[in-house]
Amino acid sequence: MNMKIPFMKYRKIAGTLSIIIFLASILTLTFRGLTLGLDFSGGTLVEISYEEPVDLEEIRSVLIANNYEDSQVVNFGTDLDVLIKVADQSGNSQLGDQIFVLLNESGFPGTLKRSEFVGPQIGSELRDQGGVGMLVALFMILLYVAFRFQYKFALGAVSALGHDVVIVLGCFSIFAWDFDLTVLAALLAVIGYSLNDTIVVSDRIRENFRTQREMDESDEIIDLSLNQTLSRTIITSLTTLLVLFALFIFGGDLIRGFSLALILGVLIGTYSSIYVVANMLMSLGITQDDMAIPEPEGADFDEMP
Amino acid sequence: MNKFSPFKYTLILLVLALGVIYALPNLYPAQPAIQVAYTDSGQSADQALLESVTENLETGSITFDEIFLRDNNIVAKFYSIEDQLSAKTVLQRALLDKVIVALNLEPTTPQWLKDIGGRPLKLGLDLSGGVHFLLEVDIESALNSRLEAQLNSYRKTFREKKIFLTDSSSKGMTMFFEFKDDEGFNSASRILSKDNIVGINGPLYLITANSDRNTINVAYTESAIKEIRDYAVGQNLTTLRNRVNELGVSEPIVQRQGSSRIVVELPGVQDPTAAKKIIGKTANLEFRLEAKPNASRLRKEEFEFKDSYRTAFLEKNIVVTGDRVTNASTGFDENGRSQVNITLDMQGGRSMQRATGPNIGRGLAVLFVEQKSKSEIDKDEEGKEVIIQTAYVEKKIISLATIQANLGTSFRITGVGSPQEASELALLLRAGALAAPMKFVEERTVGPSLGKENIETGFRSVVIGFMLVVLFMAFYYRMFGIAANVALFSNLILITAIMSILGAALSLPGIAGIVLTVGMAVDANVLIFSRIREELKLKEPQSAINDGFSRAFVTIFDANVTTLIAALVLYTIGTGPVKGFAVTLSIGIVTSMFTAIMVTRSIVNLVYGGKNIKELKV
Repeated sequence: MNMKIPFMKYRKIAGTLSIIIFLASILTLTFRGLTLGLDFSGGTLVEISYEEPVDLEEIRSVLIANNYEDSQVVNFGTDLDVLIKVADQSGNSQLGDQIFVLLNESGFPGTLKRSEFVGPQIGSELRDQGGVGMLVALFMILLYVAFRFQYKFALGAVSALGHDVVIVLGCFSIFAWDFDLTVLAALLAVIGYSLNDTIVVSDRIRENFRTQREMDESDEIIDLSLNQTLSRTIITSLTTLLVLFALFIFGGDLIRGFSLALILGVLIGTYSSIYVVANMLMSLGITQDDMAIPEPEGADFDEMP
Repeated sequence: MNKFSPFKYTLILLVLALGVIYALPNLYPAQPAIQVAYTDSGQSADQALLESVTENLETGSITFDEIFLRDNNIVAKFYSIEDQLSAKTVLQRALLDKVIVALNLEPTTPQWLKDIGGRPLKLGLDLSGGVHFLLEVDIESALNSRLEAQLNSYRKTFREKKIFLTDSSSKGMTMFFEFKDDEGFNSASRILSKDNIVGINGPLYLITANSDRNTINVAYTESAIKEIRDYAVGQNLTTLRNRVNELGVSEPIVQRQGSSRIVVELPGVQDPTAAKKIIGKTANLEFRLEAKPNASRLRKEEFEFKDSYRTAFLEKNIVVTGDRVTNASTGFDENGRSQVNITLDMQGGRSMQRATGPNIGRGLAVLFVEQKSKSEIDKDEEGKEVIIQTAYVEKKIISLATIQANLGTSFRITGVGSPQEASELALLLRAGALAAPMKFVEERTVGPSLGKENIETGFRSVVIGFMLVVLFMAFYYRMFGIAANVALFSNLILITAIMSILGAALSLPGIAGIVLTVGMAVDANVLIFSRIREELKLKEPQSAINDGFSRAFVTIFDANVTTLIAALVLYTIGTGPVKGFAVTLSIGIVTSMFTAIMVTRSIVNLVYGGKNIKELKV
């Protein structure tokens, strides 16, 4: 495949688009916020399965009649499964049992599938830990890339990662999808994946800056590198998306949020490895001098830029 | 070119063979079994129990596969679940409350595999079903009760030394004394500084000593607080383990998490409510002397009885707390009335001896202390309604009996009512021994049906995802694709083997991690193959293969190290299932690097190495 797509010709448009979506995500995250799942919000959740469909309205009225006003009743997966969430912050760990018993006695006998209770302080601790973890991961990756490549690449890589994470979060905010621990795990996996892509592209850009002496325009070299890695980028995204769709469709409701976050992350990550990294490098004015030490053919991995 | 030495092939084959062997235990289905243990956690299962279980199974004509003694349990394996269930009923009926019978699944790993450390994958709670609790130990109240006890012991010391206090109290983490005169102040200071009670090495440090007002303020040092915390958490861990034992769960986890939390995981528990009742019994006990009728108000406290509205006055001084009880059982006295036999540890025995010796004929009460919480609605500064949860302590008398003799480490309480009530008291004494109250801060219950469902969906998505990728690779890369698929398959085997050896629990997000690794593992091969394609334009096939592999290596290495960083961060911040995801992801990254580079290369080398190839299709 000898593709010659002039990626850098459109870099301004792509850059503007990225910035707009990024800012939009920040806006919705600030004003709408995330729909926090039980792990982060704290509260009680009960999943009950029934032999035949039940009327959610009736369950709701039973709950309201018994002073569980602040509760959400929805079907989960099939219409035989009922999920009840109570945003009670008093730290009462008996609530799940009480609701299950109450429904059993009020003419809704079913089987308890799962019951979860997360105390308010655990929720806020997990929130803090999650945020800190994300920042620590980004920072450590920044260090590694700066050490292995050069600081301009590191800035490019980290802005690509930030771009991907914020936009995925923005989607979760706009569509009010539940953000829980598994989605956080997926986001960290997105960081890993998107980085994978970024490194492959950066690696090729670095190599071409060193070997393609006859080209002197940075955008030419970057275009060449992007075209050279394009088939790999697409194939890898494709295989990863194949398994992710398998997870999304067949993996059950508990990891639907997880696979959704990853699917979005892979799509956005693929785009960002092409546009965000290269765009950053161009904006930072990367030149052949940045790759100072001339490398012999087949450079080994223990050299330093 | 492109030939491996026989040594390298042997090494790769060896790694793969080891992988296959250690993944093998997962192919043997588990067998229904029961575990039988004595109710009394101090008594381990013995030959006698083994014989009586065997005998009961034989009289009940239940066929069993194997029966043996292991650790503190008798384990019996059966051929069917029906046999397992009827065995449980038969044994419970025959041996009554003397034993606990727990149902579980025993792996059927062959002996030779067991000998080399082979075992099947452990399943996380979301796959096996069960309960997960996170409990927080109330350290503050442990500190308070310790401080209170210490204050009482000083009051007593000072009284004995004729040092007169005009005031003394404990508040928060500090203890306050006010002495009648200079003389008292000085000798008290000497006593406190002696034996390093107060000072650099002591548990207390001096905040203020005012010789004009004759007051002393002392508080716990950081290290003393840490020690008390460790003791309280450690003691509660032991108690929880005993309570879990009473539940008869196989392979439970009771672990400390962080400084003051305890995780309890009970896989396969069918009735979470019952489990919670026993685990969550946040009870403590206090032994106190009944107050003399003429005792001053400051020295006595009034308490209600647990089962009636009667009240009694007890001394403020605590003789022994429940955490000193090592055992309690029921029996009958000479007149056939039920009694509770109690055993204390050494320290508890000494305190009991000191307290009861001079007080024969007086009453000794057992106080049941329960940590409860109530919620109130209040308004915050902005006038918004917030729910405030306040914890309070409820103390009630469960037994008040007359001291008949000087008591030591073992004694009995008579007049406790019916045998039923006696055995309940014994259970509370045995299981109620918490050094500090605890409360539930997190709880997750997964019903057995959901666990089974999760295994099915997880397994199905792995198979489907795997098949899709395999088909794509074979179709797109032909010969090279098949090599990559062999690598992918060996990767799955290696992940399973390593997870099994490490004993890391497989959770649903863990399965997702494996699926994700499958998708990402091919990346290394895709990188190599597209590199070979490029090199082919410039070079002849053999050197294109060689350069393709070696050039792609740098990229693969960098990409995987950074993903590993993300996985490690995830491991450190995550708990439970998320940790499971991080573990499978990390293992997957390492094994995929080996399989994608070494295994693929060896197959490519076997096929093309040393041959004269004119045209290469990648």
